[in-house]
Amino acid sequence: MHKINLISIIFLLSFGSLWSQDFPEKPNPPRLVNDYVGLLTSQQQKALERKLVALSDTNGTQIAIVIVESIHGYDIVDYSQRLAQKWNIGQKKDDNGAIIVLKPKTSEGKGEVNIDVGYGLEPYIPDITSKRIIENEMIPNFKQGNYYGGLDAATNVMIDLVSGHFTPDQYNKGAGGRSPLGFLVPFIIMIIVISMIFRRGNGNHTMGGRNHSSSLWTALLLGSMMGGRGGSSFGNFSGGSGSFGGGGGGFGGFGGGSFGGGGASGSW
Amino acid sequence: MKKSWIIIGIIVVVLIIAYSSIKGTYNNMVTLDEGVTGQWAQVENVYQRRADLIPNLVATVKGYATHEKETLESVIEARSKATSVTIDPSNLNAASIQQFQAAQDGLSSALSKLMVVVERYPDLKANQNFLELQTQLERTENRIAVERRNFNTGAQNYNTYIRTFPKNIYASMFGFEKKAYFKSQEGAETAPKVEF
Repeated sequence: MHKINLISIIFLLSFGSLWSQDFPEKPNPPRLVNDYVGLLTSQQQKALERKLVALSDTNGTQIAIVIVESIHGYDIVDYSQRLAQKWNIGQKKDDNGAIIVLKPKTSEGKGEVNIDVGYGLEPYIPDITSKRIIENEMIPNFKQGNYYGGLDAATNVMIDLVSGHFTPDQYNKGAGGRSPLGFLVPFIIMIIVISMIFRRGNGNHTMGGRNHSSSLWTALLLGSMMGGRGGSSFGNFSGGSGSFGGGGGGFGGFGGGSFGGGGASGSW
Repeated sequence: MKKSWIIIGIIVVVLIIAYSSIKGTYNNMVTLDEGVTGQWAQVENVYQRRADLIPNLVATVKGYATHEKETLESVIEARSKATSVTIDPSNLNAASIQQFQAAQDGLSSALSKLMVVVERYPDLKANQNFLELQTQLERTENRIAVERRNFNTGAQNYNTYIRTFPKNIYASMFGFEKKAYFKSQEGAETAPKVEF
């Protein structure tokens, strides 16, 4: 009921003047992770940025994270839609942008978070799935003050969804959705690499180099099939998009995507 | 002899300029007009999306809220009214939009009454299916707000274009008419009342 009434406020607001200073300007240089509060350490910001830039490079989908201190009296749903539309996240042709707006909990107000997905991503991340991501990945972490953990887990799921590693239904059914074996992939690769180094160190009395490389390729293939974190970063590596090079740069900017209001929100 | 050739030349040049300016303006009007039509289709889409959620919602609520027959019936009735009003997008005038909006607002208020009633049924509120429908409904209302806003922006651009001089002359020549806007909901100017 409260929410339905909020909608009528949105109608009212849509006819009022839009205060542009309530909405941060498009980041320059372009960035996907925009923490205006200083909630994340610079290392955490870089880790998220790197992951999201890799997605943008391989898949074209742009997921932006915006952390703000205040939403200036707007409903968070309305605020993020307007901000996403102002920045035009995603590509114009595909409308494949998404935004996560996070207002951390303070002594004065509750914490609020909203996921908004562009028109083109609605089939990959339906409203219910957004809601589940917020309830399963974000809020439990946010409640404990682990903002990075919540954002990291949520973006992992979103990346897997838009890359087709699993369908919304698969995510909806299993709370985690992610294949448990996915976590093992980095370890398996590490073991293989270590054993290779170890064998090489022991001289050439074992198998030839060809077999080593084929087992590494198997691991790489396995990794990308599992769709875990190891998988997606390896997929990016072989794509040679170069997001690992350079100091933090690499994101080319938002491409003109549009948003129709799909997504979900939550508070704690 | 020479003079008349110059005059003919000037007339030809003037005609070419006039033609290209009218052509450009006309084509822009058509583009903007089509844009508004497209946005109208989006508005109808999201309203349809809401209407499509209702049978499922009613069925779910029915299972729990057995004493709310009247409220449920009024939702169904408002839905059928809302879906029966469709507008020819080439005729987006004030009267037709108002008629469309009145029907949809009727459904909005029936739905919000239902949501108040639902508060009395904790079992229903805990039902997974209901929670999902509620999420979808909330977000669909948001989509409606977005598409209405987009429609208004598009209509405003179009209206501004056809009503400024000298394009207004061409517009009336070719029969481009002003488009109507969505008005903010009646009573939305006052703070919403929460009923318990």
